[in-house]
Amino acid sequence: MIELEDVSCGFGGRPLFSGLSLSLAPGSFHFLTGPSGAGKTTLLRLCYADLRADQGQVRLFDQDATSLGRDAVAMIRRRIGVVHQNCAFLDHLSIAENIALPLTVADRAAEAAGNLPELLAWVGLTAQANQLPPELSGGERQRAALARAVIMSPEVIIADEPTGNVDWEMSQRLMTLLVELHRMGKAVLIATHDLTMIRAMKAEVSARVLRLKDGQLAQAGSEL
Amino acid sequence: MRAVLDLIVGDPQADRAVPPTGITARLTVFATAVMAFLAVLVLAMSTTAGRVADRWADELAQAATLRLPADAGEATVENALEILRLTPGVAEARALTDTEQQALLDPWFGPDLALDTLPVPQLIEIIADDPPYDADGLRARLTAELPAAVLDDHARWREPLIVAAGRLRFVASVVTLLIGAALAATVVLAAQASLAANVQVIHVLRLVGARDIYIARAFVRRFTLRAGLGAALGALIGVITVQLLPTGDTPGNFLSEIGFQGAGWLWPLVIPLIAAIVAFAATRAAALARLKEQT
Repeated sequence: MIELEDVSCGFGGRPLFSGLSLSLAPGSFHFLTGPSGAGKTTLLRLCYADLRADQGQVRLFDQDATSLGRDAVAMIRRRIGVVHQNCAFLDHLSIAENIALPLTVADRAAEAAGNLPELLAWVGLTAQANQLPPELSGGERQRAALARAVIMSPEVIIADEPTGNVDWEMSQRLMTLLVELHRMGKAVLIATHDLTMIRAMKAEVSARVLRLKDGQLAQAGSEL
Repeated sequence: MRAVLDLIVGDPQADRAVPPTGITARLTVFATAVMAFLAVLVLAMSTTAGRVADRWADELAQAATLRLPADAGEATVENALEILRLTPGVAEARALTDTEQQALLDPWFGPDLALDTLPVPQLIEIIADDPPYDADGLRARLTAELPAAVLDDHARWREPLIVAAGRLRFVASVVTLLIGAALAATVVLAAQASLAANVQVIHVLRLVGARDIYIARAFVRRFTLRAGLGAALGALIGVITVQLLPTGDTPGNFLSEIGFQGAGWLWPLVIPLIAAIVAFAATRAAALARLKEQT
């Protein structure tokens, strides 16, 4: 589904990581952890073609990411639901419109009428549907971002620090939603530095925990 | 036709994806309105100049004057008239009366001029037939039979008029093209500004799977409609202005004739359409180029 092989990436001549390999199979659940600045977000961006690797091969749904045209990248992103660290909403649109945005840009806006109420209820934002993103709390924004990520029924969910700005209770709620998606057969990759939350979730889901540190990706061990 | 309808009706959902930009929108409408207004005035003056020049040239081509010396007697006048009547291509030839000759001199000497005290030449008005007479042949015959007669077929007046009208049309075409180019540049600049102001919006749209053409479409539709609306307003104001220009009965007064006639009225109607087409092409090219840069 998503395969990174011997990949190197960096910024301004400073390598973040090199020789990194990762494979996300259908239905898999991965946590990606590591210290701030280790390159977790960069690694995730490679996974949804928001960035090109300096070296190595990135394959997304059996396509070489380096040779993807601009339209092909757009099509790939419709198959990957991403929960961004900062949520990245359009502030002039209501929460309902933001959640339906992937359908709108795919010229499938009509489908939103059927999916949206159910999705809003699933993330507990029915009452906030017509509010603008700046009017929502951090947790509500994260849940809205999750709803937007899944409205196209993608095969992969990638979440970058989805619990970074919320309290423990809201973290649990968000993680529960992600586990539900995993149980529906989605592949899930979550970047987080919150080891306590990972420990709590490991009881509920069989997850592989990867640690990115000093440019190397390895299976997390004793710290968990 | 379907594509044009889609462009006008648009997709409300897609349109809302890009936030409204108040000042850019108003400036685009204002700039295109000003350009359309100028285009209407230029076209009105150009078509009027062409029309007036054509008419003057036609009138001058039809009428010629034979000038006989002041001391030419009636027999000479009759002789000249006879020659003219026998010339193929001359529809009518008649000697101007004293009153008519006096009227011709009125603007310079006033109405109290005693014509008989001045050596005023006798004029014969010649109206050409269709096809007209051979001016060179007639001149040769007059030289042989009436050496003192001078045939003035107005060629030296007519030709500069035709040249001037042609040049005026050329200048008007260049000015109209420049207005079109300025319109395209204005719309491109406004679209670029709007794209630059919406970098974050474009980034979000891309992250959720929007194709470049989808993003471009929202901007293209917006600027095409703004340019079309602005040009329609400008053209309307231009037409009203042209209609409000002073009119008069003074024959040959160019300023009193500025306006459109017949098929010329299509120009103000076509201007908004052309402006919209120019804006569509310019915005589409600019948006796609800009989106390519913002990878």
